[in-house]
Amino acid sequence: MAEDGTIYYTNGLPVPDTPAPGEEPEFWKETDVVGKRTPRVDAYERVSGTAVYPSDIKLPNMIYGAILRCPHAHAKVKKVDAGRAEKMPGVRALITGDSPEAGGLKWKYRGYSGPLFDAHCRFEGEVVAAVAADTPYQAWDAVHAIDVEYDVLPHVVDHNLALTGKAPEVHDQGNLAGTDEYERGDVAGGFAEADVVLEQNYETGCQLHTPMELHGCVADWEGDRLTIWESSQGVYAVQSVLSGILGMPLSKVRVIGHYMGGGFGSKLWPGKYTVLAALMAKQAARPVKMILTREETFLCVGNRPPNTMRLKAGVKKDGTLTAFDFECIGPSGAYPGGGTEIVDWLVRDLYQCDNVRCLSRDVYIHAGTARPFRAPGHPQGSWALEQMMDDLAEKIGMDPIELRLKNIPSISQGRGIPYTRTGLKDCIERGAERFGWKDAVKRAREQNRSGSHIKRGVGMGACLWIVGGGGPPSTVVIKLFRDGSVNLNMGASDIGTGTKTIMAMVAAEELGVKPDVIQIEHADTGTTQYATPSGGSKTVPTEAPAVRNAAIDVKRQIIQMAAEDLGAPAVDLDYEGSEIVSMKDKSKRIQVTDVSGLKKRGVVIGVGYRGPNPKNKSVNPFAAQFCELEVNTKTGEMKILRFLGAHDSGRVMNRLTYDNQVFGGIVMGIGFGMTEFRQLDANQTGKLCNRNWHDYKLPTALDVPVDMESLPIEIDDPEANNTGAKGLGEPVTIPTASAIANALYMATGIRFTKAPVHPMEMRRRLSAGKEG
Amino acid sequence: MRTIGAGAVSASLTGAAMVAESKPGPPEKILDATDTVKLKLNINGVNYAVLVEPRWTLLFVLREAIGLTGTKEGCGRGECGACTVLIDDIPRYACMTLAVEAEGRRITTIEGLMTGEELGPVQKAFLEEDAFQCGYCTPGQVMAVEGLLRKTPEPSMDEIRTGVSGNLCRCGAYHHIFRAARKAAIRKTR
Repeated sequence: MAEDGTIYYTNGLPVPDTPAPGEEPEFWKETDVVGKRTPRVDAYERVSGTAVYPSDIKLPNMIYGAILRCPHAHAKVKKVDAGRAEKMPGVRALITGDSPEAGGLKWKYRGYSGPLFDAHCRFEGEVVAAVAADTPYQAWDAVHAIDVEYDVLPHVVDHNLALTGKAPEVHDQGNLAGTDEYERGDVAGGFAEADVVLEQNYETGCQLHTPMELHGCVADWEGDRLTIWESSQGVYAVQSVLSGILGMPLSKVRVIGHYMGGGFGSKLWPGKYTVLAALMAKQAARPVKMILTREETFLCVGNRPPNTMRLKAGVKKDGTLTAFDFECIGPSGAYPGGGTEIVDWLVRDLYQCDNVRCLSRDVYIHAGTARPFRAPGHPQGSWALEQMMDDLAEKIGMDPIELRLKNIPSISQGRGIPYTRTGLKDCIERGAERFGWKDAVKRAREQNRSGSHIKRGVGMGACLWIVGGGGPPSTVVIKLFRDGSVNLNMGASDIGTGTKTIMAMVAAEELGVKPDVIQIEHADTGTTQYATPSGGSKTVPTEAPAVRNAAIDVKRQIIQMAAEDLGAPAVDLDYEGSEIVSMKDKSKRIQVTDVSGLKKRGVVIGVGYRGPNPKNKSVNPFAAQFCELEVNTKTGEMKILRFLGAHDSGRVMNRLTYDNQVFGGIVMGIGFGMTEFRQLDANQTGKLCNRNWHDYKLPTALDVPVDMESLPIEIDDPEANNTGAKGLGEPVTIPTASAIANALYMATGIRFTKAPVHPMEMRRRLSAGKEG
Repeated sequence: MRTIGAGAVSASLTGAAMVAESKPGPPEKILDATDTVKLKLNINGVNYAVLVEPRWTLLFVLREAIGLTGTKEGCGRGECGACTVLIDDIPRYACMTLAVEAEGRRITTIEGLMTGEELGPVQKAFLEEDAFQCGYCTPGQVMAVEGLLRKTPEPSMDEIRTGVSGNLCRCGAYHHIFRAARKAAIRKTR
């Protein structure tokens, strides 16, 4: 959890401290730049095609890598014969478990450590061999020419069967990867007090990240120094893992990740492919470009695990929640990956309830290992909790919004400490008002009474996100040049959320310059400062306060220099825009670029650190989402008519990119709720059936409503950090699917407890009748 | 090769191309997969002479042989549209088009929408409306919109949605993409 530093995005990484920042600046009352709709500072590069992503890197003499992967869910490699492949045209490097280069190398992930080439393949997609050749075509020709003998073994890929005792064991110690138990209050007593007790089973499908840019890297050696261009959410994570595996000093492993084409949690960590690229680059003495195929990204670079959940809940007639009893099982995959990680957090923390019990069991199966996926656990838990809330409301004859508003907690019950601020009530109330909840419900009911086969529903879901407050470490360096232009240096990756732009806006706000004079250097372990990977919706609340402190450090130095020019004591001087002015005598003023100290030195360097979070308080973003949809009960087709996201993520830093995040999170939630699921051939082969975007459906432009609205619930949160910004990227996708499910219930009278609800599932349930 | 050629052309149509008409291509030559052939490609108004294996896709030649890396690879099999380019003004998936099929055609990539260092109108609209997040599908989205507007200068919202429906955006920036497409259409016709 967040308190002990092992939250998922840094799990397994050593995280250094940063020095205390000293006195924190005052909270901004008004802002000139921050919050405004500002196009991205790197928009030109991204829309012109000049942005160089890791997959765009082309180095002199570069060759291309390809990986042979185990085609079985569970098998032992008996023999690898690469004799034919080695002699094929263009082949420059080849590595298998028998190669001396691979000897003794260990792969590490989240506490697990095992051989880089493991002859015991526990999932379809495990690495068996790798080739590098002059062209990717030749590399694949060679991969196909490697002969492997496998001993195919029995598999288990259904997490519900993993602990039955009848399934084959994935690891010697059994299939239980971990258990998480939680209890507060008196659950049995709580149920005894309730007027209504409901119990329901829920299931969510396995969602695959599939970011647009394929996972991969380019590896290049210069003597004993290794440079890696990795499509990554955190260059320092890649550096740390690579230097550990290869036994190299950190200073000799440089990782660069200026641009990256999406990760959603699957690129918080490098892959075995990164190590293989480095090893083959060494073998061939040539740079190796190793970009996975799309199919590989479906198999072996993470997933949001499927979860089977049971929720029992008690409520009094007046809407008081008396008890929750939650149980969940989910698969880590072949290795520890967090199969049930924080699935129960919303049950623990979102609504006021004194008596709560949660039991989660994480299991191993013969399938690709899970990785954190945008708000790990939360959309799954929300799927259960928010549908249950609606069912409880119906049973006691209360509006679902009213029931939620009745149960707004005053503290974080899961942690037993207060929130710095909670916008939960405002998100629900103001969101419902803006959405026109009451009218929409009326309209839907009228249409459904009319006898039309097109049924209408509205639904909502609320949420919070377990973290999202950010925190140390972060170090940012700002250089102010003599012409007033600025260089901002930070280690964090911009994974598409607009981090660079927001940091430029923060610096511009403080330094009185326009964001476009700021040049950003980031995500390069050779030239920028340490940063934890961009995950957990923590990048803005982590980095922005450090940027602000760095800018203030620059200002402090400039004011000292200006004091000499103005013949006034520094304590009387302050910034006004890009001028330094005496507060005692406003006629004493000087443009920053005229300050002689700056002119002489040419540059002033400021350093800022991220201060600590408030003690014994929890910093969380909150949200409520609302949707209206239609169901064609003849065809099973569903059409989402509109969506509204009301989000409290503290201060809105850039309204333009903020709205984009909200809409994007909703789109991904539509995928989770309606189109996306991994289909494994559980009975026969254990293999993945839908390993491409034809068979695994992402929402397209035709699957999302044109009518989408973002309603920021901007609540000042000066305790959170010196900018008041909280995380946004993950809460935006948490309650989407549950809002859809609740709307489907209103439209059809059917509870869809199994996600996703695609037209075939809809048709099946409509045909089966309402008991199905 | 004859059947591959015909199949690839029909499968390489993007959403926007489905709105537009498909013209029959030039007659196909039968080539040996292991040979390299000399090819002249007209890309963004410039003639390139390249030596290619017949199995190389237009995408591979653009990115790795010529170095025009604005066109992206997302799937390599005609599912995502990240590699969308215009061939004779019609949006097509460059991953499903063999380089040898593109000879004698007018190929336009994202780089070809620029005037020197200046962004084209569709690119400018994408910038202003923040019609992307990670930016990786963006060149393909821009080309899909460009192709749509060349065929349908004043598209309806439904035509815009269909026009970019062959282009996946995992970040889900569709809403802003619609806005950018509309803005670009207004600018271009004015």
